[in-house]
Amino acid sequence: MSKQYETVIGLEVHVELATKTKIFCGCSTAFGAEPNTQTCPVCTGMPGSLPVLNKQVLEYAIAVGLATNCDITRYAKFDRKNYFYPDNPQNYQISQLYLPICRNGGVEIETEQGGKKVVGIHEIHMEEDAGKLIHDEWEDCSLVDYNRSGVPLIEIVSEPDMRSAAEVIAYLEKLRLVIQYLGASDCKLQEGSMRADVNLSVREVGAKEFGTRTEMKNLNSFKAITRAIEGETERQIDLIEAGKSVVQETRRWDDAKGESYAMRSKEDAQDYRYFPDPDLTPIRVSEKMLQEIRARQPEFRTEKMARYREAFAIPDYDIEIITGEKPLADLFEAAVALGAQPKKASNWIMGETLRLMKERDVDASDLRFSPENLTKLIALTDTRQINSSVAKEVFEVMFEENVDPEQYVEEKGLKIAGDEGALKKTVEEVIAANPQSVEDYRNGKEKAIGFLVGQTMKAMKGKADPGAVNRMLKELL
Amino acid sequence: MNGKDEEKNYMNIVEMTATQLAAAIRTGETTAVEATEAVLARIEEEDKKYNCYVTVDRDGALAQAKKVQAQIETGDLTGPLAGVPVAVKDNICTEGLLTTCSSRILHNFVPTYTAEAVKNLHKAGAVILGKTNMDEFAMGSTTETSAYGPTKNPRNTAHVPGGSSGGSAAAVAAGECIYAIGSDTGGSIRQPASYCGVVGMKPTYGTVSRYGLIAYGSSLDQIGPLTKDVTDCAAVLAALASHDPKDSTSVSREDTDFSTALTEDVKGLRIGIPNDYLGEGLNDEVRTAVLQAADVLKEKGAVVERFDLSLVEYAIPAYYTIAAAEASSNLERFDGIKYGYRTEAYAGLHNMYKKSRSEGFGEEVKRRIMLGSFVLSSGYYDAYYLKALKVKALIKKAFDEAFAKYDLILGPVAPTTAPKLGESLSDPIQMYLGDIYTIAVNLAGLPGISVPCGQDDRGLPIGLQLIGDCFQEKKLLRVAYTYEQHGKKF
Amino acid sequence: MANIISDETIEYVGILAKLELSDEEKEKAKSDMGRMLDYIDKLGELDTTDVEPMSHVFPVENVFREDIVTNGDEKERLLSNAPQEKDGMFVVPRTFE
Repeated sequence: MSKQYETVIGLEVHVELATKTKIFCGCSTAFGAEPNTQTCPVCTGMPGSLPVLNKQVLEYAIAVGLATNCDITRYAKFDRKNYFYPDNPQNYQISQLYLPICRNGGVEIETEQGGKKVVGIHEIHMEEDAGKLIHDEWEDCSLVDYNRSGVPLIEIVSEPDMRSAAEVIAYLEKLRLVIQYLGASDCKLQEGSMRADVNLSVREVGAKEFGTRTEMKNLNSFKAITRAIEGETERQIDLIEAGKSVVQETRRWDDAKGESYAMRSKEDAQDYRYFPDPDLTPIRVSEKMLQEIRARQPEFRTEKMARYREAFAIPDYDIEIITGEKPLADLFEAAVALGAQPKKASNWIMGETLRLMKERDVDASDLRFSPENLTKLIALTDTRQINSSVAKEVFEVMFEENVDPEQYVEEKGLKIAGDEGALKKTVEEVIAANPQSVEDYRNGKEKAIGFLVGQTMKAMKGKADPGAVNRMLKELL
Repeated sequence: MNGKDEEKNYMNIVEMTATQLAAAIRTGETTAVEATEAVLARIEEEDKKYNCYVTVDRDGALAQAKKVQAQIETGDLTGPLAGVPVAVKDNICTEGLLTTCSSRILHNFVPTYTAEAVKNLHKAGAVILGKTNMDEFAMGSTTETSAYGPTKNPRNTAHVPGGSSGGSAAAVAAGECIYAIGSDTGGSIRQPASYCGVVGMKPTYGTVSRYGLIAYGSSLDQIGPLTKDVTDCAAVLAALASHDPKDSTSVSREDTDFSTALTEDVKGLRIGIPNDYLGEGLNDEVRTAVLQAADVLKEKGAVVERFDLSLVEYAIPAYYTIAAAEASSNLERFDGIKYGYRTEAYAGLHNMYKKSRSEGFGEEVKRRIMLGSFVLSSGYYDAYYLKALKVKALIKKAFDEAFAKYDLILGPVAPTTAPKLGESLSDPIQMYLGDIYTIAVNLAGLPGISVPCGQDDRGLPIGLQLIGDCFQEKKLLRVAYTYEQHGKKF
Repeated sequence: MANIISDETIEYVGILAKLELSDEEKEKAKSDMGRMLDYIDKLGELDTTDVEPMSHVFPVENVFREDIVTNGDEKERLLSNAPQEKDGMFVVPRTFE
């Protein structure tokens, strides 16, 4: 390759909003229901049905716009995007083209070189999700489930400001955090609540004009995004080097094969005939509405990190990790508010929590245990009612089932035995059973007492304070 | 009662107005069940001639009548329409009752919910008789584009009843219902009312919920009454009007006690007649009848003047652009997947779409879908659709200026009386031109009423159109009522 | 006729509108659409510079609903009109994705 090329990338990120109901009707958005059980005439395109906008969708969209430094469109409208596909029950999608709710924003990311750069946001618009198509291999047909039809989405369209996969990931991470902090979405790539389409072109370094771009869909993980960007860059450079031209088209990434293919059909005219939806009224964003949403904006990560440094004596590294996932920060703060010592709360999160999350592939947003129970567990160790190995054991159970550690410890009899009589009896039995060690100790072999402590702990099934056992042994010998 | 008396009683019932019949039911002279049986008998006798109905719900109507009668007797239902049988246009959804839009594509569609307007009628104690014939998807002016055969004008069966609510208008005229509801996108209530000699009103946009009305041109569609007289029109409109949170374009109105407007009082009222509504293309007999009606109002004290409304000739091209564009999108949902007609043999998804839609839709519907898809397509949107929306703004402004000078506008409903069956469809543009006096009202969202004002030498009815400013239905009803009391009876 | 509609245009609009016309229908559609467009071109006579396009006649704005679940399971009703159903879902010809 003689020439030097540069990759130019823009992203279209779809984020499923965390509303209770769909964007235009009162159907639940809950995940995982039986097919078509969360539907009504509106979200299934029944003749005569009409949409009414869910106010929460507008508020989330504005909140995301404010958090990404966008101008909020004071007079916005919905448009219809017309195309036929079975997952789209009206055969048009209600979206925004002419007057999207947010425009001209941007977020700052760190580049691989450690510098900072702003990725521009062209616009954010609100729209409805489509239903789900399931392929029936037996009968060679497809089946349509409209539960997802009408689930609210925002589409965040970036400027073509990114130059590498690493910048793309940094941008996505930034968006994910901002939106998670707002509570507007859980932003899970794998589950599809955050989806990124990559618009990519290449050009010779120094060229002023952009090359012809392609749009890549079906990217379900950061790894897939990285591979797709690398693959597509290579494909486009190969075409150019071979004297061929890049065709502007939509391509589908097959992560298993590590290649993409064009999604084209002659029946696909890609002419969406957008026009303002006459069934929905325009949106007028008042100053009051803006102020109310602004007032409700949460503390974002940078502010939170600064506050943690100020308020808690925990390492910077811990702060970075904990604030890097909103659910972890929430857990930490709630535990501290309930009386847990910050350093101890942080240790539980940085240690056991992260370990088990990794081991069991659990997302921070899916953590099951409550801050109350974490605080109780910390208190149990603080007051030496359980020792640290029992605490870890209890935590594992809590991690899976959110058990109340006090109750659990009580039920399973895991508390350190405070009962002097029982301990004394066990120690006497251990002494009686191990004459050799007793003699060694009496002969000045200090180490022998360690063995006796161990034997006692074993007999007590771990629920004794080793310090107390030690004292008692010395007393009796 | 012996057979003959029964027949006589039935004759009386079918000739009553809704308010008369409700009063007779209230006082126990007759019952909702008897009234429903009488109208069903009339349908049985006459509908073979006129084809007003796509579906007659005999059992459902009788069951409702029994229920309503019981509620009237317990005093739970006291309104001016309680117990009165009504016909509903077949583009308005009725749960459990076939709703076809007179199209093959919905030949088997049974809605799972009831339109808000029909729910309001239920609340008023109405008995739904069935669903009336119409131009397919309300696209047409003659009820000849129906997939279930044309409806014939009861005043002269060689002629069309008008359209698209032709079945509803004809059913009222033929006594096959006591009143009916229709929908008006470009004149589809007023024009058939005029052709059939009944009263028809298109309310201000947003007055009656569109939830459950199968959309043609969403920004233009409005449900309204077709009745035997102005008094019924006021009562039915009062029952239909409501603010519906399910329809974003629904308007919250306080002034829906329309029957209070039924007074003879037009003194000092300023009425404007657009010169543009009396020009070329207007049939002489229609012109004479309309001007005579204006004279009646003048005699009663109204100030009647001629004026230039302007832009009248631009309403039709603007309308057909907007309506076709909206229709092309609204009718995309008919794809053979969720409901309605699906072609039998197909190769793949897109072929299934194309065959189902091409076999399911009729010619006029396809013509408008094609036009609408074209005017919205890439490269043409600004030149056609956006231009039409701008012209719409200008037309609205022209009306605003007119209503600064006049309380209401008076003119004909249509340039001619009902054409002969089969005369109109051969030339679509000629048919579209027939909507010239009604269409601008929809573009501007205004209320308009059609009241009988004469007949031509063949005995075909002529309609007088009154157009009011937004939310001025009461003014329209007052003038229409005054005219009805003093004009000739037809 | 000022507007001549080509075969390609009719073919293209047919793809957009998902309508399949016979040759005879195509010829008629070409002529009908051409005539309608000639007629619509009349709008060009009006100067609409600085005129805001009007999609809604009234200034009704900000019509919202609250984020509260109001609908239950309507699956049976939803599927009652389906031309073809399987396992509680609508059956369609195999989609290529």
